[in-house]
Order: sequence, then C-alpha cells, then structure tokens
Amino acid sequence: MNVKATLATGLVALSLGAGAAQAESVTIGMITTLSGGGAGLGVDVRDGFLLALEQADNSDIELVVEDDAQRPETAVQIAERMIQSERADILTGIIWSNLAMAVVPSVVEQDIFYISPNAGPSPLAGANCHENYFNAAWQNDTLHEAAGQTANELGYENTFIMAPNYPAGTDALNGFKRYYDGELAGELFTQVGQTDYAAEIAQIRDSDADSIFIFLPGGMGISFMRQYAQSGLDLPIVSAGFSFDQDVLPAMGSTALGVINTGQWSPDLDNEANEAFVEAFEEEYDRLPSIYASQGYDTANLILSALETADVSDKDAFREALRAADFDSVRGSFAFADNHHPIHRIYVREVVEVDGTLTNRIIGTAFEDDYRDVHGANCDM
Amino acid sequence: MSLALLIEQLLNGVQFGLMLFLMSAGLTLVFGVMGLINLAHGSLYMIGAFFCAAAAAATGNFWLGLMAGLIAAAAAGALIEVTVIRRLYNRDHLDQVLATFALILILSEGVRMLFGPFPLYLDAPAILRGTVDLGITQYSLYRLTLIVLGVAVAIGLWALIARTRLGIQIRAGENDREMIAALGVNIRALYTVVFALGAALAGLAGALVGAIQSVQVGMGEPVLILAFVVIVIGGIGSIKGAMVGALLVGVIDTMGRFLLPRFFATFLDPSQAMGVGAALASMLIYVLMALVLVLRPKGLFPAHA
Amino acid sequence: MRELRREHMLNALLAAALFAVPLWAYLVDEPFLITLATRVAILAMAGVGLNLALGLGGMVSFGHAVYFGLGGYCAGVLAHHAFNATPVLMGLDGTNQMLVIWLVAMALSGLLAAMIGALSLRTSGIFFIMITLAFAQMFFYFALSWPAYGGEDGLPIYVRNVFPGLNTMRPWNMFVIAFVMLMLVLALFAMIRASRFGAALMAIRQNADRVAAVGISPFGVKLAGFVISGMITGLAGAMMADLTRFVSPSMMAWQMSGELIVIIILGGTGRLFGPVVGAAILVGFEVIFGGLTEHWKFWLGLVLLSVVLFARGGFIGLLAGKERHG
Repeated sequence: MNVKATLATGLVALSLGAGAAQAESVTIGMITTLSGGGAGLGVDVRDGFLLALEQADNSDIELVVEDDAQRPETAVQIAERMIQSERADILTGIIWSNLAMAVVPSVVEQDIFYISPNAGPSPLAGANCHENYFNAAWQNDTLHEAAGQTANELGYENTFIMAPNYPAGTDALNGFKRYYDGELAGELFTQVGQTDYAAEIAQIRDSDADSIFIFLPGGMGISFMRQYAQSGLDLPIVSAGFSFDQDVLPAMGSTALGVINTGQWSPDLDNEANEAFVEAFEEEYDRLPSIYASQGYDTANLILSALETADVSDKDAFREALRAADFDSVRGSFAFADNHHPIHRIYVREVVEVDGTLTNRIIGTAFEDDYRDVHGANCDM
Repeated sequence: MSLALLIEQLLNGVQFGLMLFLMSAGLTLVFGVMGLINLAHGSLYMIGAFFCAAAAAATGNFWLGLMAGLIAAAAAGALIEVTVIRRLYNRDHLDQVLATFALILILSEGVRMLFGPFPLYLDAPAILRGTVDLGITQYSLYRLTLIVLGVAVAIGLWALIARTRLGIQIRAGENDREMIAALGVNIRALYTVVFALGAALAGLAGALVGAIQSVQVGMGEPVLILAFVVIVIGGIGSIKGAMVGALLVGVIDTMGRFLLPRFFATFLDPSQAMGVGAALASMLIYVLMALVLVLRPKGLFPAHA
Repeated sequence: MRELRREHMLNALLAAALFAVPLWAYLVDEPFLITLATRVAILAMAGVGLNLALGLGGMVSFGHAVYFGLGGYCAGVLAHHAFNATPVLMGLDGTNQMLVIWLVAMALSGLLAAMIGALSLRTSGIFFIMITLAFAQMFFYFALSWPAYGGEDGLPIYVRNVFPGLNTMRPWNMFVIAFVMLMLVLALFAMIRASRFGAALMAIRQNADRVAAVGISPFGVKLAGFVISGMITGLAGAMMADLTRFVSPSMMAWQMSGELIVIIILGGTGRLFGPVVGAAILVGFEVIFGGLTEHWKFWLGLVLLSVVLFARGGFIGLLAGKERHG
C-alpha cells in the first residue's frame, strides 16, 4: 500500500502541470516507428491514421508524430515530452509490445488516454489493465489462437510450431496451443532477428509433421519463406496475419502464395467502410493498405467518434464515449470487452495474387463476432 | 536424430561459414594492409544486397543483379576510401572506430532514403531453385551453389595474393609499408584497390545471401560482429585464419542451435529446454572466442608472429 | 598555463549551465526539460566511466554498454522482486532502495569488467576493440533470449526506487540526485587523473614497456582502471533505468557502446567535462533534429564524421585549446 501511495503523490505533481494549460483543441501524440528495420509498420499505422483525420477534416485536432526508432528508452522520452511540453491529451501509435510495456503503464497513470493501434501485450489485457488504456487492434494472442483453431478445422494433426525466443514469441506458441487439438511434431525457438533458418528447416524435414505454424514477423518471415521455398519441403503453413501482410508480401514474392493466415481484417472484407477505406488509401498513397494501416484508420475513427460526443477534458465522459466505440470499423462489427480490448470476428485468409500483386483473400472464419481474449478474466475493471 | 539430419546441418554450417568468410576476408585484408578497423564493412554488405535486389527487379535477371551489387559495393568502397578512409590511416584506432561508426549512420539512412523503409524482394534464379539429391539427404541447390561459389572465391583470392603482382604488393604492404613506397609502388592507388576489393567481397556476400534472406536496412551489422569474432579467432590479417575461423564459427553456431536444446530436453521439459538451449546457443561462439583468447591471444594463425 | 585556466573556467561554466537550465525549467514549470537535463547528467556519468578507460588509459572499449545494461538490470531486477515480494535467489530479497541498488550495480559491473578485462587486456589495439564488442554482444544476446525478466520485451519499473528523504517521482528531485552524483564522479575522475595511479595509467598509454621497466605491472594498472571504469558506467546504468523506469537489452546493444564513445569524442577525449558536453550535444541533437526529420541519424553521422576529420579534440578542444598533457 505504501508503495502505491508514493506513486500517486508523484504523479499528481506531474498531471497538475499537464492540466493547467488545457485549451479547447485536442492534442494527439503519436509515437511510432519510422526508422530502422521495422519502419514499414509504423509508416502504415501513421498513414492510415492520417487518412482518417483528413477525411474528418476536424480543425480542432492537433497531431504530433514522433519516431521512436523501435527503442524503448526513446519512446519513454518522447511520451514524457508529449505529455509535459506538448500537453497531449491522447497518445497512440506504438507498434511493439516491449515499447508499449515501457510507455503505457506510466502514461495512463497520469490520466492521459492511450489508444493502441497495434501492440496488445497480455499484462495490459489482464492484471495490469487500466481504465485509460484502450486497444483498437487486438490482444497479442488473438490471431495465434485463431491459427490454432484454423489448424483444427483444416484437419492438421501433427503441427511443427516455431517462434522467436522472446515474450511475444512465447505468447504466440501458447496462444496457438490454447486452441489447437492435435499433436506437436516439434517446438522451436529461434533467435530474435535471425536471418538463416537452414538448421530449423532441416529439423522440420526430419520430423513427421503434416503442417507448420510460424510466428516470424517482418524480415524474419521473409527470410524463412525464401529458404523454405528452396528447401524442397512442401508442408502447408498456417500463421497469424502479421507475418503475411502487405508490408512483407511484396518482398516474399510467390513463395508466400497459398499460406493460410488469420486476421481481424482483410483488404477484400465486404463492408461499406472498408471499401471506402481501401479505395481512399490506394488513391492517397498509391499502394494497398496493410492490416496495420487498417488499425491506424480504426484507431483514428474511434478517437474521432468519442470527440464528437464528449470533450476530452471531461475524462469520465470521454472514457465512456470511447468505451461505446460508436464508429464504422473497417473490420465490420467492433465492440470493447470489459478490459477495453476488442470483441470482434477473426477471419481465415489466404495469400493470393490479384493483377500481379500479392494480397490476402478471406476464405473463412476462425472465431465468430463474440470472440474475446482470455486475459480479460484477470482484469478487475 | 538421423544421420541425414546431421549431415544436412553440417552442410548448413559450412555454407554459413563460407559466407562469413567472404565478409571476414575483406575486413582482415584491410586490417592487414592498411591497419584500419572498418565498422562500415557491414554497410557495404547491405549495399551489395540492395543494389542486387533493385537491379534484379529492374532487369528480371538475377545474374545482372549480382553484377550490379558487386559493382555498387566496390564503387561505394572506392568512393568511401578516397573521401574518408584515406584520412584515417595515420590516425589512432579510436578515430577510425568513430569515423566508420558515423559512416554506418550515413550509409544506413542513405540507403533508406534511396530505397524506402520496406524490405526489398530478391529471389534465387530459376535454375538454382529446388533441391538436389545427395544420396542420404535432399539439399537446397542454391545453398549448395553458395558453398561452391564460396570455395571458388577463396581459391581465387589465394591465387590473387600468392600469384599476382597485386598480391605481391599486398603482401609487401602487410609487412613493411615504408619499404613498398620506396620501391615505387603507388601506395595510394594500392590502398584504394585493396579497400574496393574488400568491399566487393562484402557486396558479393550480401547479394548472394540476399536471395535467401530479407534485404533490409541494418542487415549488415549482425554479420559484421560475427566477422569480428571470426577474425579474433583466426588471427588478424590472415586470410587462412579467416577461413578457419569462419568455418569454425559457422559450424559451431549451427550445431549449437540445433543440438543444445535437444541436450537440455533430456532432463528439462520441452518448452523450458527450448528457451534455455536457445539462450545458451546464442552465446556459444563467444565462449569459443574467449577460449581461443586464453590459449592463443593472437588468434589461431597470427599474421605477424 | 593560460589554457589550463581557460579549461577550468569553461568547466565551471558548463557545470553551472547544466544546473541553471533545469532550474529555470523548474521555475517556469517545463518538467520535460528537467527530465532531459537528468538524462544528459546520467549519460555524461556513463561517459565519464568510459573516459577513464578510453581517455586516460587508451583502452578503446567498444563494449561499455554491457556495464550500462548490467547496472540497469540490477535496478530493474531488484525493484521487480521488491515489488512482487519474491526472493532474487537463495533467500536474498529484492530492494527498492536506490543506495543499495547502486552498490549492487557497481559491485556486479566491477566483477564483470574484471572478467572481461582479464581476457581482453591480454590483447591491444584493434583486437581489444573487437573483443570488447564481441563480449558485450554475447551478454546482449543472453539478455535478449533468457526467458526470465522479460527478454527482449524488457522489464518495467512501475515505481521509481526510493532515495532517503526525497520523492524521486518529482523530476526536480531526480535531477538533483543525478547532478550531485555526476559531480561526485567527476571529482573522482579528477582525483584519479592527478594520482600516482592515474599517472601510471596515462604513462602506460604512452609507453607500456618503459612503465614495466620501473617495476609497475602494466596489466594490473590497466585492469584496475578498466574495473573502475566499468563500475562507474554500471552506476550510471542503474540510474538511467530508474529515470526511464524501464530496462531492456537495448541498453546493452552495440549502438549504445558506440554512442558512449561518441559522447566522449564530441566533448573531447580525456577532458574532465568532455562527456558532459558530448552528452548534451547528443541528446540535444536527437531532440531537435529528431523532431524535424526522420532521417536525423544521417545528419548526426555527417556531424560526427566532420568532428573526427576536422575538429580533433572535440568541443572542449575548440574552446579551451590543446590537451594539457599528452
């Protein structure tokens, strides 16, 4: 108890300073990754977010965007500056779970809203959930759980599973195993940032697996798929959408064709909001939107919808407005569970080629509209 | 565990080692001849991969891309040597570290400005896709080609140094810098050529590996650090040492990643064994380096004994 | 002598500036500036540590981030166990007392520096640079993949550790702690430089054989210097973890080692206040240019390159003239 009291007094001092200069306009601070190897994801979240702001044409909103270079210390520093100097009311934009874990807990304690457009680490969905934290994307395990479910539906009975050796990787394998009913042909952790998968592919070859589940985001997935295609192995691959989306598909090339992956969104999703979004995004940026762009777009529209009914300086009213999630999500149905993470449908997608461009097409549903994550049970909100 | 698996892993280790050799050979040459530590060597690897990918995409031909990557890396190397590196030969190592660290920042951001933030596409040529039957195991044809190319380049490099006029000058430069200037060799030109040669080797490695890995900014530095380990193990300035060190590092790293988790799985539960095994496997080559240091502080094949 | 006096005046001016800027920020309620100044002070302290090995002893360590990170993990791990009321190992409890954490951080960093130094100092020159880098990389990978304490995700410190009599959550208090510690460490550096030990360290950089000839073991002196250097950098790491309330393997990454060297060179190698100036320039550059362009590292690279090629001696060298002794 004593510990908590110290925390509270310290933070009151901080937030008093932030509250003093409240103007009518709203300042949104976006901390995201715009440089280094993971920049593609941040660029897409930012572009999707900007597109929604442009369409809304709300002159009261001021957006400040800063590059965290995928470094936790930098992200913490930017968050402090945005709160203390720019007097930001709402923060958003972080791509990576480790950066979110560094930034979010102290931000929300200072009575600032944080809306996540990408990362959803399990502590923030469970024991460390917070009334000022909203996740407009997914809980980290969700798409992996859907992949486990999909493996069942496809009749896989002996899957080889593999992920990088870091907490998001462990979460991925646990998420998959939570829903998967079959046997495991093998389980491997790879190094973070690993570029050569020959040793792993050899072990898959040596096992009697009938399918493979991988979670290898970004460059790791590109490397694996190239090498897998040249290995002579031909086992079906099932994965979560983030390893097979518009940011990496062009670099993977035809080797990714036919991969089954799960996502809460897909460019061909059949609803009005999404058709308008995909068309506007292509018009504006001359490329197909990725799942990350769709999340940035949803995040912005969620914030805009809340601003329409409540003033951000009235924290309680604004929180209620966010919780209502009264906006047209590009993923169709969208609502918040008690832990402020989405209740949504998860689709099964397949990588296909349309007019010479690799993209995803929906081929089924893994979880129906009422899916919610398991960690919410540990959240007492 | 089958014999086929063991042999496939051994081949993987050798292939990895030979690519490391291409990186380390250039580094160790530049150390040996000019006494320069070049942190930006990894950036030249990246430049080779990016230009190869861009040219292969533009022409639709992998081999043209490979040439482009090689030439771009060599040209970038020569340019850097003339504008920056040349001023560093008489400086202490600290200045060299700092200047080439600055070059990493400049080249990485420069490549990103030029090619954008997303990874590039580069695939192996059609005739090298698929596998070959080695009797006991199937093996990727492209990886086998990398092994053959690696050995060929190593032999070529040996012939260049042992048999040509340039090689004599290089060897003389390693032994006595004043002497070779006195003999009337244009030492400025020689240094530029040696640096460009090292850059071309790095660019070649980057382009070749780029076809089976992700071509992205920052791809060079992990390889650079491994190349340092190779050179510490092999001995500075020694091409032979670089070869032995690279093969050792390649095989031990691959085997460690493969065998350590299995070893721990004999007495730990599988998930835990994977985590512990993978963590220790990532440290293995550094332990090897420490061992070599204790036994032979100048590396296995010291160039100037 | 005139140049020496000029450097003393410059140093006093720099210390005053580092205190005055956050004081002003405190008075006009700009807490972020205070946090930035705290960051500068802590980074400068890490730089002073490296300056001892690199500037005085000529040991170009390209792996000092490992001590910085280890210090950070000491703060993170001890606070983590104190927060959850679980033992660290073998019945030892965690703690949230900054002073205790600092002692542990210095002890462990010193131990690690002794081990790495004992191996690396068998070599010199380029070898030494590469080996220190490789050892740091080894611990970086270990921290990255070891499943306890968050691995790559890092370890948050939910509540800043406590200092007797001060509320460390207030930016100004945290700054004062960092500033006082920086001044103490600078005083230690000046004392060492003026001592017989410091003289031996500098003499070895010039000519190890001559020192050996008068009966001093160059290896022992260098190792002692290296260990003290690692301890100071480890202390700074523990404080940095408390400032950001977060520790992750990226504190040990090779880029961090590079930045520590950059901090020293920008300010001026071997200069007492060199790291202070270097840290201020680096943090200032990141904040100002990072807001202007996402390609700010390109420009940072160009600035660094120009400093190395054309402004040897760094910022202090430009203002206060040549180094006073070689």
